[in-house]
Amino acid sequence: MSEIILTPKEQPQVPLEANTITPDSFAGKNIDEISNIAIWNGNKQFRLSEFFDVQGESAENPSEIKIIIDGDIYNTKRIGQSMTAGEITVKGNANMYVGAEMDGGKITVEGNVGSWAGQDMKGGELTVLGNAGDYVGSAYRGDWRGMSGGLITIHGNVGNEIAEYMLGGKMVIKGNVAIMPGIHMNGGLLIIEGNVVARTGGEMKGGTIVVKGVIDEFLAGFKYLGVERNIEVEGEIIEGAFYKFKGDLATKGASGIVYAAVAGNGHIVPK
Amino acid sequence: MELVKNVVCPFCGTLCDDIICKVEDNEIVGTKNACRIGHSKFVHAEGAERYRKPLMRKSGELVEVSMDEAIDKAATILAESKRPLMYGWSCTECDAQAVGVELAEEARAVIDNTASVCHGPSVLALQDVGYPICTFGEVKNRADVVVYWGCNPMHAHPRHLSRNVFGRGFFRDRGRPDRTLIVVDPRKSDSSKLADIHLQLDFNKDYELLDAMRAVLLGHEILYDEVAGIPREKIYEVVDALKNAQFGILFFGMGITHSRGKHRNIDTAIMLVEDLNDSAKFTLIPMRGHYNVTGFNQVCTWESGYPYCVDFSTGTPRYNPGETGSNDLLQNKETDGMMVIASDPGAHFPQKALERMAEIPVIAIEPHRTPTTEMADVVIPPAIVGMETDGTAYRMEGVPIRMRKVVDSGLLPDREILKRILKKVKEIKAASK
Amino acid sequence: MEHIIKNGIVYDPLNEVNGEQMDICIKDGKIVDSVSEDANVTDASGQIIMPGGVDPHTHIAGAKVNVGRMIRPEDSKKDAESLAGIKRAGSGFSVPSTFMTGYRYAKMGYTTAMEAAMPPLLARHTHEEFVDTPIIDHAAYPLFGNNWFVMDYLKEGDLDKCAAYVSWLLKSTKGYTIKIVNPAGTEAWAWGGNVHGINDPAPYFDVTGADIIKGLAEVNEMLGLPHPIHLHCNDLGHPGNYETTLASFDIPKGIKVNPKHGSREAVLYATHVQFHSYGGTNWRDFVSEAPKIADYVNKNDHIVIDVGQVTLDETTTMTADGPMEYDLHTLNGLKWANCDVELETGSGVVPFLYSPRAPVPSAQWGVGLELFLLVNDPGKICLTTDSPNAGPFTRYPRVMAWLMSNRYRTDMIENKIHKWAQRKTSIATLDREYSLYEIAQISRSTPAKVLGLSDTKGHLGVGADADISIFNFNPETQDPSADYMAVEEALSNASYVFKDGEIVVKDGAVVNIGIHGRTYWVNSLYDAELEKQVEAEVEKVFKQYYSVNFANYPVQDEYLPRSNPVNGVME
Repeated sequence: MSEIILTPKEQPQVPLEANTITPDSFAGKNIDEISNIAIWNGNKQFRLSEFFDVQGESAENPSEIKIIIDGDIYNTKRIGQSMTAGEITVKGNANMYVGAEMDGGKITVEGNVGSWAGQDMKGGELTVLGNAGDYVGSAYRGDWRGMSGGLITIHGNVGNEIAEYMLGGKMVIKGNVAIMPGIHMNGGLLIIEGNVVARTGGEMKGGTIVVKGVIDEFLAGFKYLGVERNIEVEGEIIEGAFYKFKGDLATKGASGIVYAAVAGNGHIVPK
Repeated sequence: MELVKNVVCPFCGTLCDDIICKVEDNEIVGTKNACRIGHSKFVHAEGAERYRKPLMRKSGELVEVSMDEAIDKAATILAESKRPLMYGWSCTECDAQAVGVELAEEARAVIDNTASVCHGPSVLALQDVGYPICTFGEVKNRADVVVYWGCNPMHAHPRHLSRNVFGRGFFRDRGRPDRTLIVVDPRKSDSSKLADIHLQLDFNKDYELLDAMRAVLLGHEILYDEVAGIPREKIYEVVDALKNAQFGILFFGMGITHSRGKHRNIDTAIMLVEDLNDSAKFTLIPMRGHYNVTGFNQVCTWESGYPYCVDFSTGTPRYNPGETGSNDLLQNKETDGMMVIASDPGAHFPQKALERMAEIPVIAIEPHRTPTTEMADVVIPPAIVGMETDGTAYRMEGVPIRMRKVVDSGLLPDREILKRILKKVKEIKAASK
Repeated sequence: MEHIIKNGIVYDPLNEVNGEQMDICIKDGKIVDSVSEDANVTDASGQIIMPGGVDPHTHIAGAKVNVGRMIRPEDSKKDAESLAGIKRAGSGFSVPSTFMTGYRYAKMGYTTAMEAAMPPLLARHTHEEFVDTPIIDHAAYPLFGNNWFVMDYLKEGDLDKCAAYVSWLLKSTKGYTIKIVNPAGTEAWAWGGNVHGINDPAPYFDVTGADIIKGLAEVNEMLGLPHPIHLHCNDLGHPGNYETTLASFDIPKGIKVNPKHGSREAVLYATHVQFHSYGGTNWRDFVSEAPKIADYVNKNDHIVIDVGQVTLDETTTMTADGPMEYDLHTLNGLKWANCDVELETGSGVVPFLYSPRAPVPSAQWGVGLELFLLVNDPGKICLTTDSPNAGPFTRYPRVMAWLMSNRYRTDMIENKIHKWAQRKTSIATLDREYSLYEIAQISRSTPAKVLGLSDTKGHLGVGADADISIFNFNPETQDPSADYMAVEEALSNASYVFKDGEIVVKDGAVVNIGIHGRTYWVNSLYDAELEKQVEAEVEKVFKQYYSVNFANYPVQDEYLPRSNPVNGVME
């Protein structure tokens, strides 16, 4: 694996858009050429080297490239967008659209990320060690076809409407979730290890949501199917006892499944 | 005294076009047919303080300057900003809005209108699930079930009820007695007092109630005896009323677009309406506020492909409310220069957004002294559309009507001011190449 | 400004020029006999020259078109263009923004395009979008087929008043023709229903689709309109609908053609007939009945059709056929927009994926091509995709290439699309290939003539508007049948396009916006006294049942920067 180290200089007030920071775009370029790749700062374009020191060695094939962003890029958007292979590690925070539309390879962000991480993801792995904003693994506005493959893991907490219109793949949230996880979900697997405030699986038609923590409020449009133990979802066994619901029956032909841990969720089961 | 007839009211999205203005010495002194708010707008064109000359802030004070100097300054701010924001647009006419979109392209700015803080959630929802609407006349002529959800038309759209509910229509020749009026609102209001059914749901539980109603409509049991504070039996009763409508209409307002979940409340409300069409005929109309907020969304869509929050920074239009909305850009401190036209964010935006406005150069194209002009570095006063100049506006459900000019102000209309700024921005951009 | 285009190979069917090398002279926006030596010279050696394309049926401007854009940001995201020089930015694959619409038509050598559905109450909106649509000449077709006044006058049997009303409404909306969509059906949809076939009456009004088609066809000739009634038949998209279609075709037969402008021979223009040529009783036993429809067209001279060819793309459907769109939404489950317009009409919008791997779209593709290949006279059939309904207009070059190349079609049938194209239609058995001359007919001369505009449009004779397209494909050395990809590429990117005598496209790129396109509309006066009387009746109804004031209804002149009235009957 060839390593290319981007050391961020000071982040500008107006955010950077760096969808060109991917192994795909670096492949086959030498360090000078990489330094000259264009990135957007508001409505103006600059060379990558204006905002990053570039070091290391490149390779011909994106799968042989690992990009290390050695610092905090809290005001840089679109890191790893559309990447198909290779690796990116961010040793700090990143802004919106990390790994959006990614199709392969691996991204790890050690800090927090903004909204729309893994939007329209098709494949690969996206891991965030901190928190993420809203719309993790969501669809683009208006599209009914969201994340279709790959794995997203968020170790911290997330915001609203994660896994929106999800079609396939897997998302694991180790922390807590705000409202409407799995809204309009049509397929795939969403595992939430922490708590959810409300509206789990609103308007979902398919797919599976597993909540191991506490769901504060649940929607009345689901059907209660009873308790299941050591559930099997997408070929994996999740241990413990879960209330099982089918829905959201507010939508025609819905057959989504929500599992909620028996521990702490007695209040959402019908009396 | 002269009577000018068929005047179009430049106040709310109901866009009443039957106003008679009484004009004396080039001044509107009275009106007929207008509601109290529309009347007040017509007869108080001067407001608390009307600007007649361009102003610029020098040593902290707004001082009168020439039009050329003000235009130069405005153009320079737009041309030199890395992420300029052009916000407002809902109280001007469509030609001005069209010049605005072109200016946003040239300045590589983000252009956004007040929908961002009112019915933006409705736009996001219609983009996800659709938009089954009708024109007002259909409501008057056919509707036997009328629902107002999260709005109080008696206050915000004073003639809305009289035109659409109390009015006699072709198939509803008795007017109000021919219709069932349902108001959904956590509060008692002057509108809910008139209702046959008032669903007084818990605050922030619109989505929960709609989810239950939709499940019931599709013939399912619901999990709980009470949802959003409404008993199960009441939910069944209301769903029955809706699905037995010959022609139903859902009007919805800010009470549902801005309660918890925002656009998802509208999304599921739209889906309720869509599913109701399996048994009834059902449509909806958003209760748009400003008289031409709808027009901006139309113009911006046909010119750029997107209705608001359009980001031209790379030259190609991009769109993502949540990132490219005015409040997103201000509160995230992304924008570094702002033009405000035909609205008053200074009075309505959250504190965090105002803090950013205070840090960056602000241009205000605005006839009156407002909280926004207090923060502005350049103020250019235009003629007021619908009174002092003409142009197109779109009623809340999309009917375009030509606003009339009733009196002369001697001031430039918005579209002319914007054309001059556009010309100057082009010159600056050409010179810097 | 004078131009001379030298040495091109010209296809100009209205003047019976079939692939002859000749020079074209232009002066002051018109085609002339000769020009001075100062004329700007364009060398078109080894290239095709045709008149500018004329699209007789497309959806490019107005309320439902814009709803199509607004509800589909995901369609805009995948196809966006940057501001560049004289060109404005924009977006939209299936429903491009207005500027992009003008540029994209021009790029393909099209210089005239007609908006096929304008709700009268929302006419101002259509004209506002025309103002922002560069380059192309245009007109809009107001909707009459579910109009309360029309239905009432026809119910009373008062054709004179109906004609006076139609005349008034055409002027008030600055409209061009009598558009009829699912007659009686859209009014039924205002109550959530539909009609089935032509003999099912609208609720309350108690007139049938057949009554409306017949009455308006007669009114059309009483007014001497340039274009025949423009009919979107009942039962669109339903298996078994071909019987309704054939019955509808027969209704105006025998009415005497009477245009006051132009030289059309038809009294009926039936649109997107592909969607109306289905047999069977459901989507399982569905079969193409395009051969029967084509046979009818071959045997009758009172009709011209357009096809509505499916292009096998993801697109956006939009029509005044409100109930059809609701059906489509319940079928595909995708987002649904609708707008019922008081006393006049309705509309709906639903995204649709014509997947080449799916059975029904593949069969629909075959049905459209059958119509093209089985109608013998290209003077009776126009090229459309009912854009964007069966696919966006940007695919016209591809449709032309399919028509010119059996090899291209065979490759599609055998390798790219579902076997239903072969099983449900006869397309695999048809080896006819269109000539370039025939392509020029279906995309230029035939639409221009049936629109009543062939004095200035759709040909290259002296006196025509200098709207000219030049394509870099040499018919003397290249064969469209074999080189189908090359001909598609050439037709997609004109090497030159002249509009009103100015070069607007060069090498496939828009280089000049030129002057604004004309808005054609019909100016007629059937009977001044009667029109006044009818206007008074209309005004009374307005006060009670419309939601706008009568005085604020007609489209003001400000909305037509280049107004081009075409006279019908003038008293």
